[in-house]
Amino acid sequence: MNYVPHTAGDRQKMLASIGKQEVSELFDSIPPGARLTRALNLPEQLSEYEVALHLEELASKNMVPSRLSFLGAGAYRHFVPAVVDTIIQRSEFMTAYTPYQPEVSQGTLQSIFEFQTMMCNLTGMDVCNASVYDGGCAAVDAVFMALSISGRHKVVVSEGLHPQTRELLRTYIDTHAGELIEAPLQDGRTVWPELNDEVACTLFQTPNFLGVIEDGAALCARTKEAGAIPVVSVGDPCSLAVLKRPGDFGGEIVVGDAQPIGLPLSYGGPYAGFVACKKQHMRRIPGRLCGMTVDSQGRRGFCLTLQAREQHIRRDKAFSNICTNQGLCALAVTVYLALLGPQGLKEVADASANLAHYFKKQVASLDGYKLVLNQPFFHEVLVECPGSAEALLKTLEGRGIVGGYLVEKDYPQYKNCLLFCFTEANGKAAVDELVNALQHAHRPLEGATRS
Amino acid sequence: MSLTAEPTLFEKTSPGRRGVIPPQENTGLNWRDEVAAELVSEKPPELPELSELEVMRHFVRLSQLNYGIDTTMYPLGSCTMKYNPRINEVTARLPGFARLHPMQSEDTAQGALEMMYHLQNHLAEITGMDGITLQPAAGAQGELTALLMVAAYYRKRGEDQRKVVVVPDSSHGTNPASAALAGFDVVTVPSNANGDVDLEALKPHLNEKLACLMLTNPSTLGLFENGIQTIAKGVHEAGGLLYYDGANMNALLGNARPGDMGFDLVHLNLHKTFSTPHGGGGPGAGPVGARGELVKYLPAPVVDRVDGKFRFFKPENSIGRIRTFWGNFLVLVRAYTYIRYHGPQGLKEVGEGAVLAANYLLSRLKGHYEVAYDRTCMHEFVLTARTSKKEKNVKAMDIAKRLLDYGYYAPTVYFPLIVEEALMIEPTETESLETLNRFADTMLKIAEEDPDLVRSAPHSTPVSRLDEVRAARKPVLRWEEGLS
Repeated sequence: MNYVPHTAGDRQKMLASIGKQEVSELFDSIPPGARLTRALNLPEQLSEYEVALHLEELASKNMVPSRLSFLGAGAYRHFVPAVVDTIIQRSEFMTAYTPYQPEVSQGTLQSIFEFQTMMCNLTGMDVCNASVYDGGCAAVDAVFMALSISGRHKVVVSEGLHPQTRELLRTYIDTHAGELIEAPLQDGRTVWPELNDEVACTLFQTPNFLGVIEDGAALCARTKEAGAIPVVSVGDPCSLAVLKRPGDFGGEIVVGDAQPIGLPLSYGGPYAGFVACKKQHMRRIPGRLCGMTVDSQGRRGFCLTLQAREQHIRRDKAFSNICTNQGLCALAVTVYLALLGPQGLKEVADASANLAHYFKKQVASLDGYKLVLNQPFFHEVLVECPGSAEALLKTLEGRGIVGGYLVEKDYPQYKNCLLFCFTEANGKAAVDELVNALQHAHRPLEGATRS
Repeated sequence: MSLTAEPTLFEKTSPGRRGVIPPQENTGLNWRDEVAAELVSEKPPELPELSELEVMRHFVRLSQLNYGIDTTMYPLGSCTMKYNPRINEVTARLPGFARLHPMQSEDTAQGALEMMYHLQNHLAEITGMDGITLQPAAGAQGELTALLMVAAYYRKRGEDQRKVVVVPDSSHGTNPASAALAGFDVVTVPSNANGDVDLEALKPHLNEKLACLMLTNPSTLGLFENGIQTIAKGVHEAGGLLYYDGANMNALLGNARPGDMGFDLVHLNLHKTFSTPHGGGGPGAGPVGARGELVKYLPAPVVDRVDGKFRFFKPENSIGRIRTFWGNFLVLVRAYTYIRYHGPQGLKEVGEGAVLAANYLLSRLKGHYEVAYDRTCMHEFVLTARTSKKEKNVKAMDIAKRLLDYGYYAPTVYFPLIVEEALMIEPTETESLETLNRFADTMLKIAEEDPDLVRSAPHSTPVSRLDEVRAARKPVLRWEEGLS
């Protein structure tokens, strides 16, 4: 590709204006020892056609999850309407920078304002930021907020929080001299240990990693009795259309990842984390915020605001170092929510939950399979398998089925258990195929005869 | 079509109207029957109700209120707003990448891991590092990752007293913010009259408390740090580490490598140097490179090849996980695409084109605008409007806003902080000579314009200057009934 548009003639004109003979003279300020005197050892350049072929070949080595994928575990495959990708490929959105010049960035700014509004409405919070890296990082941000607001140092975290988010907290907690205390699950549900006046916040996820809908009201009430801040992490945000909102049951900071509402699985990123909170914590929230104001002629307009919290103003006194966030992903979520509307999002959640409950009924009647938890759940179900769950996953893979998540990696108490996830993108026929495959998978001989 | 304000989604809602209807199926049961009523909400969520076409028009109209690289030159210093090739968008949307589940087995994602493995190696070669993590989601997260590695490295060596991170006064705000977030004490050293780090001022900090010096090179003044080898020697002799903020790596592609200059740790911004779109504020990616012993401290996981298979693994002294899953993967696909179709020669031309364009533009503006440091620049340069402010009361912000009227995005203003009334201009390698000339002509014209006209700019944008004080004093951060 001819990426650099300067012709030989252009280069001569430009050099003449600068007063140099050769382009290489422009690099004379680099001391000889630091100058690269050989070509970079990289594969030779490909044409656009060849590079496309090469990437297609790499992509073809991957197994693409289809309607027969029942893997969730923090990333969810929902249907995304075509308009979403069309909009985020609009040049004016995709090739713009962070909206530092609001007069020519009203499109980006207003869409952030609309994102903030819809996320507030879904979570029951007053304020939501313009996005952070992902749901796990959002949880870390919320914990830092709570440590700083409360001046306390203990953080009580439910074992039902995504295992990778708990790993993140372990990576980062020392930087804020915090102490993590993990609260084990009891039959898949969070129970707080004794909370005292050293506890800055509690943090639980609902629906939790094992699919269980937590008793948010009780968990938040216990937290507030101890004078601590209840932080709620949302499992799949589509659940907010049908479950009580964290703001309704007492949450003060709500975090999560908006991937399930508008973004493809993307092998884990880019996604869109968000941090939302009640008004009293507004000035401690990290990341960009967009506010509505007026221009010099009194017309409505939008701009980034409360920037005194941010690194480019506060430098080492900033609450967070975030600069680039996940803007275009947040736009995708905004478009998705506008397209689905209240009824559509409710239907997505209902269809997902109904399929999960349908599966539960079927699997319970299968020989050797057992439901592990006796708790209300949303769209993920934990099932104990006869024999090795790992071998079962392999067998399913051979039949084009991406089975559930092997939870024993993170929850050794649930040996040979798989977490199956269901969404509207599976459909009933796929669930029937899964049940059929499960029925025969642990009897390989019979399965082989049948096929 | 006029570019007047577009009402918000919430002002266009019409009860009962539907946009897209998701797939539905009758399973013959209702999950609500099995869940306690107090957990369930019967009230539908508060979302706008619009048709698909209304949604489409709304966002297309909003987009028209924006400037982007595809609509205009975007000379935003330090942000490297180069053309975003569309082949990147095609490869990032291949179902074999876009639809992969992050938790599916490594065996079923070998193509994804293979791409990551090669990208790690390519970035290591480009920067002169020994190992790379692709995980950080942005430059700032890369900085924090590297500083956590620095902390872990010294803890392991029993040098816990190394608590000081030094940054020059020209550094990006993220540098001190990341250092403070990682638990370090931040010390700022001044720049000298040439715009380089003041070596005399640095010396007292080269001691047993020094953990790390963070440098951007070329600096945020667009200048190559002349003393880099002396600085590297001094930092290393004091037992400290040298960190490379890769925001300006575009200038050096194929001509110099941080590793060869003595840097121990590097972050790159793939959304700058490697052409992935900035998206109005992300997503980006901020891979981190490390040399020697530090490679063992990279966050988990990194990709390696074992017996012909690609696997994730955790480095020996890893600081652990720094985000969920495996990085902003589709951003990585785009950057890998960019590297493969440029090859070694193409990347070198990119760096040279960027430096040539910046120096040319500087040569056109010199004499009409004051240059902060009059040296051969790298990929960007900094002007100062201090005299214009004093004599005409025309500030850097006014010039920036006036450029919007002529259809250009604005340069970065009031940064770096050490230049009064700074205008930081980075044309990038993808602007043609004709565009550079038009931009220069416009700058020259603005320099001669009626100060009142410039001070009250912009005049032809969808909105004029916004009341940011009001926005901060009485924050309105969401739509509510009764707003107008």
